[in-house]
Amino acid sequence: MSEQVRFVDEDTDPYATSYDTTEGTVYTVSGGDWDSIKAPSEGKQERVVVNMGPQHPSTHGVLRLILELDGETVTEARCGIGYLHTGIEKNMEYRTWTQGVTYVTRMDYLAPFFNETAYCLGVEKLLGVTDQIPERATTIRVMMMELNRISSHLVALATGGMELGALTAMTFGFRERELVLDIFEMITGLRMNSAYVRPGGVANDLPEDGERRIRETLPLLKKRMKDTTDLLVDNQIWMGRTVGVGYLDLAGCMALGVTGPILRSAGLPHDLRKASPYCGYETYEFDIPTQTTCDAYGRFLIRVAEMAESMRIVEQCLDRLKPGPVMIEDRKVGWPAKLSIGSDGQGNSPEYIKEIMSQSMEALIHHFKLVTEGFRVPAGQVYSAIESPRGELGVHIVSAGGTQPYRVHYRDPSFTNLQSVASMSEGSQIADVVAAVASIDPVMGGVDR
Amino acid sequence: MTENSLALNAPGPELDVIAVRHGAFGVSGSGDTSGFGGLTEAVAMPGPTAKPYGGWFDEMSEELELAMADRGVVAGAIEKVVVDRGEITFFVRRDQLVGFVQALRDEPGLRFELCLGVSGAHYPLDKGRELHGVYHFRSITHGRQIRVEVTCPDADAKIPSITAVYPTNNWHERETFDFFGIDFTGHPALTRIEMPDDWPGHPQRKDYPLGGIPVVYKGATVPPPDERRRYA
Repeated sequence: MSEQVRFVDEDTDPYATSYDTTEGTVYTVSGGDWDSIKAPSEGKQERVVVNMGPQHPSTHGVLRLILELDGETVTEARCGIGYLHTGIEKNMEYRTWTQGVTYVTRMDYLAPFFNETAYCLGVEKLLGVTDQIPERATTIRVMMMELNRISSHLVALATGGMELGALTAMTFGFRERELVLDIFEMITGLRMNSAYVRPGGVANDLPEDGERRIRETLPLLKKRMKDTTDLLVDNQIWMGRTVGVGYLDLAGCMALGVTGPILRSAGLPHDLRKASPYCGYETYEFDIPTQTTCDAYGRFLIRVAEMAESMRIVEQCLDRLKPGPVMIEDRKVGWPAKLSIGSDGQGNSPEYIKEIMSQSMEALIHHFKLVTEGFRVPAGQVYSAIESPRGELGVHIVSAGGTQPYRVHYRDPSFTNLQSVASMSEGSQIADVVAAVASIDPVMGGVDR
Repeated sequence: MTENSLALNAPGPELDVIAVRHGAFGVSGSGDTSGFGGLTEAVAMPGPTAKPYGGWFDEMSEELELAMADRGVVAGAIEKVVVDRGEITFFVRRDQLVGFVQALRDEPGLRFELCLGVSGAHYPLDKGRELHGVYHFRSITHGRQIRVEVTCPDADAKIPSITAVYPTNNWHERETFDFFGIDFTGHPALTRIEMPDDWPGHPQRKDYPLGGIPVVYKGATVPPPDERRRYA
């Protein structure tokens, strides 16, 4: 790059500069100053590079797209990520195994229960206690994950709709999601970032009338889900924006490591719940919806169908819930504290506080050791993978025999799937980039971690 | 207890010693008279496994050996095999990695279509093998999943890129470079992906200092997490 040659008066606009390169003059414009650009010299090709994001209403969070345009056509598309990097993996190396749950739940913030469960399954595998997890805890985990899949897909439809101009889909989608979040709040105390699934089980049992309240919510949720999806399924405008857009076939998916609804829209019924079952998924009845269109509309239909399948699994979970413990019997691992809902919606059980504070010195010591120091995990490494709403969510956990993880790495499906933006959108119209990115449904919290 | 006695008790060279623990309570210099403060314990990763490995591991590793011979990957490419917690890990020499993964992908009996990326790990005590690249592969055809681990010394932190075989590893290798400083040779554009371009150092390494900014709260200084008392 040669030294900068100013064409525009710096006193009027310091940001609108230009400089010569070997490929011609490069002008920087930031909006409203197009008139200041001189016409390109004769015979030179005009190229426009648009920097879309990281703050932009239709990039699904802080995603930065760098698009090279030829008129309305995208000739090159690249992603810039890292704007939401929070060093979660590094932070976890300085906290106990149980505290790690509080971190991982914040990665893919639309699918917190998947992050937590993948992590806890890995820790349990390292401990060798996978068989000792109470059945009720596993059933609750499955139920929470499937409800979470519904809420995550609802957001995918809502934000995807909004980005293409279907604002009613957005308001409906978020309204329906709130029904699911109400269930989460009732069970865990929080709508998001619950840190509910813990190594050894779950933090707390369902409230007394929890089952009944979930059963009451489901018919309403079903009806409203249908209303929302009916808005779009046969909608000619929606189809015009999504059919044939964001094309990625099976070979492309395999090469780019793409999983989840994008892979299933290419016709391959690959789902880890069937391919490599965990949490007893092999005992539930559900189907893997697929499409063969390889496009954004196919992915949309798959998400709609998957929500119905998740609903089937939730109903089976409710039928299976039998009274029993929700935390592992092994007192060297199981979280000692008992919780109860106070007037403020949270708190410790008064009976438990009474026991450790005035009845049993040993119980207090045990509580103190386990809560502050944590449990030790034998040295080794595992990879635990589950099917998140966006594809294969894998966790690589290394233990050095201590009370804290030595290394935790998340293979987040959003991160991997986002690599397909270039394949999906190069050669298409600039407006289709938005539809393609929406069909990938990336969550930047998971991408950047 | 001296460093020499530790060396005597340390496991053989085939074990990866990843931590040495002193004392029982994570406290030092407190005048501990219990005797536990003098404990020294080396922590090693699970050691190599001999055949038979059990389950589909044996069938798969036989296929793998044949495929390696067909493709001119030297037999010594696999340094060791570890079977632990129902997962199989192949430690592969870095100079043979690309041929090895090519066999994993293309051989019909193996058919690991999906590479699940590379994760790094830093073991400062594993002399000459400080940096590990940990790859996971999944075969949808056969319903299998394996781990491949490649090591490189800190002084020559280079591992060949496998993006030519598995394009999905493009971003994963950039991420591992960003966090561990492993140079994936042959990568088309090995730049930082999560940290800013001008960031000094590689944050996930164990020798990377935390807390460059002293935190003072109501007159007391809060130490960074890696300088706080640890039980581990």
